[in-house]
Amino acid sequence: MPSPSKDMLLDWYRQMALIREFEETCHQLYLQKRITGVYLHLYSGHEASGVGSMAALRKSDHVITAYRDHGIALILGMDANAVMAEMMGKKTGGSGGKGGSMHLASAAHNFWGGYAIVGGHLPLAAGIALEARYRGKDDVTMTYVGDGATNNGYFHESLNMSAIWDLPVIWIIENNGYGMGTEVERASGQTELHRKAAAYGIKDFGRVDAQDALAVYEVASQAVAYARAHGPAVIEHITYRYRGHGVSDKQYDSRDDMSAELRQWMDEREPLKILRDRIQAQFGDVSETLSAHEESARQIVAQSVEFAEASDLPRGRDALLSNTYVGSPLVYKTSDSIGAGSD
Amino acid sequence: MAVRNVAMREAIRRALHEEMLRDEAVFVMGEEVAYWQGTHRVTRGFLEEFGERRVRDTPISEMAIGGVAVGAAMAGLRPVAEFMTINFAFLALDAIVNHAAKVRYFFDGMFKVPLVYRAASGWGNQATASHSHAPEPIFAHFPGIYVGCPSNALDAYGMLKTAIRDDNPVLFSESIALYPKPSPLPDASDEAAQDDLLVPIGKGDIKRAGTDVTLVAYARGVDWSLQAARALARDGIEAEVVDLRWLRPLDMALVYKSFKKTNRCVIVEESLPMYSFGSEIAALLQENMFDYMDAPIKRVAAEDVPLPYSKEIELLALPNAQKVVDAVKEIV
Repeated sequence: MPSPSKDMLLDWYRQMALIREFEETCHQLYLQKRITGVYLHLYSGHEASGVGSMAALRKSDHVITAYRDHGIALILGMDANAVMAEMMGKKTGGSGGKGGSMHLASAAHNFWGGYAIVGGHLPLAAGIALEARYRGKDDVTMTYVGDGATNNGYFHESLNMSAIWDLPVIWIIENNGYGMGTEVERASGQTELHRKAAAYGIKDFGRVDAQDALAVYEVASQAVAYARAHGPAVIEHITYRYRGHGVSDKQYDSRDDMSAELRQWMDEREPLKILRDRIQAQFGDVSETLSAHEESARQIVAQSVEFAEASDLPRGRDALLSNTYVGSPLVYKTSDSIGAGSD
Repeated sequence: MAVRNVAMREAIRRALHEEMLRDEAVFVMGEEVAYWQGTHRVTRGFLEEFGERRVRDTPISEMAIGGVAVGAAMAGLRPVAEFMTINFAFLALDAIVNHAAKVRYFFDGMFKVPLVYRAASGWGNQATASHSHAPEPIFAHFPGIYVGCPSNALDAYGMLKTAIRDDNPVLFSESIALYPKPSPLPDASDEAAQDDLLVPIGKGDIKRAGTDVTLVAYARGVDWSLQAARALARDGIEAEVVDLRWLRPLDMALVYKSFKKTNRCVIVEESLPMYSFGSEIAALLQENMFDYMDAPIKRVAAEDVPLPYSKEIELLALPNAQKVVDAVKEIV
């Protein structure tokens, strides 16, 4: 694995600063009721997990995740305007205002989406990887899965299927300590979640400190190379979420012990600070560049809010019904053919 | 072109085989589809001919079967995923309902999901309660997926080929009781002749013309309706049998046309009576054909009970031709 260049590391910082600014802005917009959807799952605190691991991919590789998907979308290069517009349910949103926070995707970036049912995207990941195997391509599918999902049937069935079919999937378990409000220790018999790989005979790349983008990158690179050549791999990212499971989870921040825990993570394991220190230790003072990235993030996000608020909402029956099916709109009770329209 | 009597299972096998030859993106996956040659023998010989890449045995993992098919379809393949029986598809309900049917919508048309779920369905044979469902209406409840339920070899052949070629997800339900039933199927050897047999998505079919009552059915209900129609004819009652073939989309134009002529309707289905095919058709008829209605709409469905093991009470629960005859006689 080539050691990441200075430019690469600076670019990681740029991505992480953008995510943090985007997510914290979303949080404010939610509190101000300018984002009105009930679900909003923020990636603050997780930045290094996504940035470090996706840095190991090439353009033709695939990415899929659950509902904590804003950061993933931004890392892959989805336009912040389209992401913010989707938060606000606008026509200009990446999913035309039909998906919302949990359903971002971009076919152009091989980003197969955010999915809202815990574990529901895992067999889809296997299916996407199957297409690569079927057609003899060596592209891999990087799949993010929360700690909570490792207890559900989708996880078991999908990992097992990936093993017997040698599918090139990197299963990245983002263990942030809680499945909604339930600690990993209370939810899983095996609390070292990466060890679940053994049950399926999948190559286990172990636990990684996922607040450290470089550590994440190093292991992800090995896992990607392995998946490309052989088959599935599991990595467990130890990370932490700075906000509740969803923004609507008010009890989260009000619990004293949790707040103390959160403060400790922010003080000691802050991913942007860790990366900043790593860069400066190796390349000297880059504070000017990092500040410029932070400023640029503020501008991009402010502009995305402006763009989103100025955009039109999807309106009317055509907008409501379109894209239910390929080829024809849904028209129940307005046509003689019920349940799918006539062209 | 020679027309031969062919079992429905053989017609389905032929359709699937031809589509695999026609399009390299088509592959089959499911429990026992490869080495075992298919639980219902639909994929007999496929492994030898197409190999493990395109004929894929899966573990007993219905959630994954349902979801892997979605991912593979989004990525550009055309999976034909088999649920050994439709009872097991309940385990995949989330993959079918929340993913296959909705992915296109919630990403506003970014992806297509050209897959077919095949599932063997139906009551009878003392299979007991958990293995005795004809739950097609459950799947047809959800927009985003089509549901096909053939009643004979010719329709099964043409419907499955259309389903595989369509860019939308299709749940294709095959009545186990109809698998061995022979019916005429032309021996179409070239592609043009085969294409002539395609059945468009959502197109119903009149299986018997009549003037006195409309019997609306699908799958096994068509056989019971046709048997009942023959019995009724002996009493001078001419029943028209409408085979809707697809539960979604629903060819109501065909039902309305028949109903305007007969002004009476009995709906026949193998499935349970509550929130059912029959409920839906009856509701639509009263909403849209009230002025043509000369009698209450009747429904013949299974008894509202889990199916027992013991033969005599099992059969008591099932619809049959006599129950259809009795329902017709209440309104004619």
